[in-house]
This record gives sequence, structure tokens and C-alpha cells, in this order.
Amino acid sequence: MSDGERIEVGTDQDVVRVRQLVRTVAVSVKLSLVDQTKLVTAASELARNTLVYGGGGTVEVARVDNGRRRGIQIVFADQGPGIADLELALTDGYTTGGGLGLGLSGARRLVDEFLIDTSIGRGTTVTVTKWCR
Amino acid sequence: MERVPILKLGEILLVSIQIDMEDQVALQLQEDLAERIVATRCHGVLIDISALDIVDSFVGRTLATIASISRVLDAETVVVGMRPAVAITLVELGLSLPGIRTALNVELGMELLARDASFDFEDAASMAVDEAVDEP
Ligand SMILES: Nc1ncnc2c1ncn2[C@@H]1O[C@H](COP(=O)(O)OP(=O)(O)OP(=O)(O)O)[C@@H](O)[C@H]1O
Ligand SMILES: [Mg+2]
Repeated sequence: MSDGERIEVGTDQDVVRVRQLVRTVAVSVKLSLVDQTKLVTAASELARNTLVYGGGGTVEVARVDNGRRRGIQIVFADQGPGIADLELALTDGYTTGGGLGLGLSGARRLVDEFLIDTSIGRGTTVTVTKWCR
Repeated sequence: MERVPILKLGEILLVSIQIDMEDQVALQLQEDLAERIVATRCHGVLIDISALDIVDSFVGRTLATIASISRVLDAETVVVGMRPAVAITLVELGLSLPGIRTALNVELGMELLARDASFDFEDAASMAVDEAVDEP
């Protein structure tokens, strides 16, 4: 991973800043327009979860290169309550917050790689990657 | 906090979302629009999202809620101008926006609302005729 940029997420306004940063980096690595749109949308969902359920946290956006392809990796980290039942949380329509329950499951569909590390009482870290085609 | 302007254009309310809305701004729009529908007695709401480069689950849900609130207040909502990349992403996200009427641009959206209005008028007219026939 190369020099990333980091945003502290504590308000609605910070979620907007995350979208804008992800867009800028997505354009700079030349993701296609549809892939930019998918990645920014996924980032918006995950940053909002960090804010709403994680009680705030950080988002780091970095360019990555696996030797064959360039891409973007984004890490959403919080020190909130964690997710008790990950499988359930990743089910379309499951929500504990009166949302649509599409954030996690939808974000997973919109990216190429999706990793969650969560532990009760410690927090949640979601790492997503999107590669240029 | 910024606010999304609501314009009255003849018999309809036009909302053109030109900013990347933070969640509070979207919720404020929902409230403002409900008030304006009642205050202006408009029966049509046109929401132009052609400037939006993403629609996530929050904005999607807000649009659906606006459509429901409008209906309860006797107004039809049409969402216009969704970009192709946004449509592709929305469907993959799992949000198909059921219950939301859409049109490709403002002009077509207005036609849709105008057609609704004339149907209402015809319905009312034919009901009046029925009543007249029922008269002894
Ligand atoms: N960072 C997090 N920390 C703790 N719990 C989380 C976190 N992210 C998600 N969850 C849990 O997973 C559930 C599902 O999340 P998801 O984003 O899919 O749906 P939602 O946020 O409830 O609704 P939507 O995103 O569609 O508005 C949440 O309701 C919440 O219980
Ligand atoms: Mg969510």
C-alpha cells in the first residue's frame, strides 16, 4: 500500500468528505466511470456505518498496485461495539438501525475485495479494494 | 447547513438537487417538501437528480419516503435525470426504488405529471356524468 490519505469520521459532513476523496483517488487511478460510481457508493455506505454504529472512526484511502493492476484500497475503522453476528449483518435487509439493511451487503457486491474484522466491544474494520480493469 | 431549494413551476414543485447532500440536508428536504405541498396545493413533484454522481441507500430511501409522503398529501412524485452509472450501481446495491416513478429528463417528467392530472380530470368528469344518469 502506498501513501494513503486519512479522514476522521465524526459527522455527516465527514461522510461527504469521504465520498469526495474516494472520487478524486478513483479518477486518479483511472477507474471507469461505472467503477468509480460503485466504489464511491460503497464508501458512502461503509463510512456511514462507521459513523452511525461505530460511533465514529477513521477512513484511509490509498492507491494500491499488485504488479499487474492498479487499484484503490479503503479501510474503515472504528472502536465501537463490533458486530455480533456477521453473517446476519451481511444479509440483505438486516438492520438494527431502521435502515434498509443494504449497506454492508450492497457494498460487498460493489467492490472486488471485501474483508471485515470485527470483535465485540473492540470495534470493526472493513477493508475494500477495487481494481482497474 | 445547506438547503435544497424548492421551486414552484405552475402546478408543480421542482426540486433540483445540485449538491452532495449530507444526511441532515436530505432529511430537511423531506420536511420542506411536505410543507410546500400543503402550502401550494400542488399535485406534482419533480425531483431532478441529474447532478448527483451517486445515490446511496440513504438518498434512495429519502426519495422513496418523499414519494410516499407526497402520495399521502395527494401529490405524485417523479424522479428524473438519473445517470446511467448511478442506475447500474443502485441496482447492484440492491435498491430498485419500488414505488418511485421515474422519467429520463425534466421535460418527460412534466409530461408524465400532466398526463396524470388530465386523467384525474377525466375520472372526475365521467363520475359527474354517472351521477347525472343516476338522477331519476
Ligand atoms: N461499523 C459497525 N459497527 C457495528 N455494527 C455495525 C457496523 N456496520 C454495520 N453494523 C451492523 O450491521 C447492520 C447492517 O448494516 P447495513 O449497513 O447493511 O444496514 P443499515 O446500516 O442498518 O441500513 P442501510 O445501510 O441500508 O441504511 C447494522 O444495522 C448494524 O447492526
Ligand atoms: Mg448502513
